[in-house]
Amino acid sequence: MAKKRVVSAVINGEPTDFLCEPRQTLLEVLRDVLDFTGTKEGCSNGNCGACTVRLNGRIVDSCLVLAVECDGAEIETIEGMAGPDALHPLQQAFLEGAALQCGICTPGFLVAAKALLEENPNPTEQQIRFFLAGNLCRCTGYDKIVRAVQACAAAASEH
Amino acid sequence: MHDFDYVAPTTLDEAIAALAKHDGQARCLAGGTDLIDQMRTGRRRPALVVDVKKIPELNALVVSDDGLRLGAAVPCSDVYRNEGVAQDYAALADAARIIGGIQIQNRASIGGNVCNSSPAADSVPALIALQAVCVIAGPNGPREVPIERFFTGPGGNVLEAGELLVELRMPPRPPRSGSHYRRFIPRNEMDIAVVGVGASVQLEDDGRTVAAARIGLGAVAPTPLLAEEAARVLVGRSVDDEAALSDAAEAARAVIRPIDDMRGTKAFRSHVTGVLVQRVVRAAAARARGESLDYCPGH
Repeated sequence: MAKKRVVSAVINGEPTDFLCEPRQTLLEVLRDVLDFTGTKEGCSNGNCGACTVRLNGRIVDSCLVLAVECDGAEIETIEGMAGPDALHPLQQAFLEGAALQCGICTPGFLVAAKALLEENPNPTEQQIRFFLAGNLCRCTGYDKIVRAVQACAAAASEH
Repeated sequence: MHDFDYVAPTTLDEAIAALAKHDGQARCLAGGTDLIDQMRTGRRRPALVVDVKKIPELNALVVSDDGLRLGAAVPCSDVYRNEGVAQDYAALADAARIIGGIQIQNRASIGGNVCNSSPAADSVPALIALQAVCVIAGPNGPREVPIERFFTGPGGNVLEAGELLVELRMPPRPPRSGSHYRRFIPRNEMDIAVVGVGASVQLEDDGRTVAAARIGLGAVAPTPLLAEEAARVLVGRSVDDEAALSDAAEAARAVIRPIDDMRGTKAFRSHVTGVLVQRVVRAAAARARGESLDYCPGH
């Protein structure tokens, strides 16, 4: 058995050390070791985006990252999205726009959409759909998700 | 996932030593988007995973008078965000932009796409068009292999035990040249090419006559192909000459060896090969004239 490794990462702003085997994915460690169960397991092969997190600022599928690769990394999960007193504006827009049904894909969509709006605060519908192509939703048909992202972007540009 | 060991060397020599010691039982990890899925499903069971992302040579991304040096571990999103690549090596940027979704592009490298050696790898027809050379390091020293000779069959390549791909090197682009990669898929995004075509075209001063061309074909044979005759028949003729484009399409169809599978039939792949060769050559020529391309991936 390969030895367990100590990995030091910053997760949602908190320095965190954890032990893992080389064969454990970041998704498994987040959920089963660190109890960040907001990150969901969907397909586990990089198709659905339910396990999307930020790794050093970039969105990745955490099912396709080995946890041992994350030594020294900054990781952001859905648990780091809301502020202490209020939801993140995207979370609020998803709620108000009913941009979810079963909710399994929602953390991944929110983490990805936040990355999109940071990079491009006023995306077109096509840009939103292209950027979120790596996130699958089997409930909504996507329209309400796209509209929630548009509504959030529009509200932010008014301020 | 099966049990394996993991190392993350910081020099090429350490990586070669680790790979050589495990004699074929080690596998390089760059973005992991193929390898981790293959290990999860048991298709690959390496005893050692060698994370190559900390080796400086594999992170190079330099466009200069000497051409393009692309380290094997550089993720797709860095490739298409690089202005020099987007400007002069546009076919490669086109391919990098449509490999998976953003989450995949932030991890998956062009070098990994090459080493995974799928006949349908999106980056390879673009690399063929841009005359890429694979720079390989190993226990017996470095060697260089032109991209079109790197592949030996589906999933197979010329890398020997202990060897790894260090970088892809592309020559400087001549004046009045342009390139493009496009694939056919039945969806808008996130799919594997049914047929993929990359082309680079250099025009004469008149902006119409083809001075030189290179055409790469994907997903239509056990390995990606350099379609030499298809490019040769264009030379000296106008890109507006329908007969010239039709001759190139026919020449491309003549060298493919497609299969029937869930993505398409032989007859369909042959037809689409011809259609895409014409469209991609036209688009590469438009870029060679400095025109921007009205092209949205997936549409």
